[in-house]
Amino acid sequence: MKRRVMATIGSMLLTAGSLLAASQPPPGTAAQGDFVPVSAVQSVEQLPAAPFLIAAYVVVWLALLIYVWSIWRRMKKIEHDLADLRKRVQSR
Amino acid sequence: MARAYTPLVVLAMVLFAVAPVAVAFAPPEQVMGLIQRIFYYHVPSAMMLFLSAFVCGIASAVFLFKRSARADRIAVSAGELAIVFGLIVMVTGPLWGRKFWGVWWQWDAKLTSAFLLWMIFVAYLLVRRYGGPGAEKLGAAMALFGMANVPFVYVAANYWRTLHPTTNVVMTLAPGMRGPFWLCVAAFLLLYGLLLTLRKRLEDQRAAVEQLYLAMDE
Repeated sequence: MKRRVMATIGSMLLTAGSLLAASQPPPGTAAQGDFVPVSAVQSVEQLPAAPFLIAAYVVVWLALLIYVWSIWRRMKKIEHDLADLRKRVQSR
Repeated sequence: MARAYTPLVVLAMVLFAVAPVAVAFAPPEQVMGLIQRIFYYHVPSAMMLFLSAFVCGIASAVFLFKRSARADRIAVSAGELAIVFGLIVMVTGPLWGRKFWGVWWQWDAKLTSAFLLWMIFVAYLLVRRYGGPGAEKLGAAMALFGMANVPFVYVAANYWRTLHPTTNVVMTLAPGMRGPFWLCVAAFLLLYGLLLTLRKRLEDQRAAVEQLYLAMDE
């Protein structure tokens, strides 16, 4: 019984050892999925900066101008309503 | 203030006309190059966003505790300006990021918290516009919450890993960059004061219209 147990354990260890040895790549080569050093630097996408810069400044100016215009438009309407209401109150 | 308004408008226009020239003569940044010049409008806009949040929050606190209608009108005006300057920040930032980082947006601590701050003030104005009775108090509470967020947004890049530069950048600017930057800050600050005054005047007119309607009903 003891011999059989020892033989089973020994064969399991041998099997594990052989599997481990098979999974190791031979020295000097990379395994599938390892990091591989890049020998040459690949070209990176180069976006021109000027369109982005111009677009940013245009957005700032447009946002401020549109906001000032919207205040002016609302102010005109309110002043018109105010003048109209004052006339109606005075006419009472 | 009424007499000083027109000269101040002229001064603001002069500053905004001079600012791009000053920016053009600023030295180029070594790593980012031309795209770094967005910094001269992006950062002052962010400063005005933070300032708007503080003005709106403080005015809302005065409204809540002292029932001051004038403070409420200032709060609404500042809330609207927070949205305008926040929009400028949210557009100029990604334009800069697309060129320098290679991405339009990144859900990191700085950008996400800045976006949330902007959204809080968008929600503030929606509540004020469509909230019905009691909207002023609910809006005031939201404005206080928004104001409390500002310090977190400011230090987010210092304490969390983000793509965004840290707050050290402004304090360590090269000598040739300081002049144009602080000129732009002065221009934006003056413009902010003028816009706030103008917007508050609109609210004052609206309040006068409401008073007249009430007088007519009586």
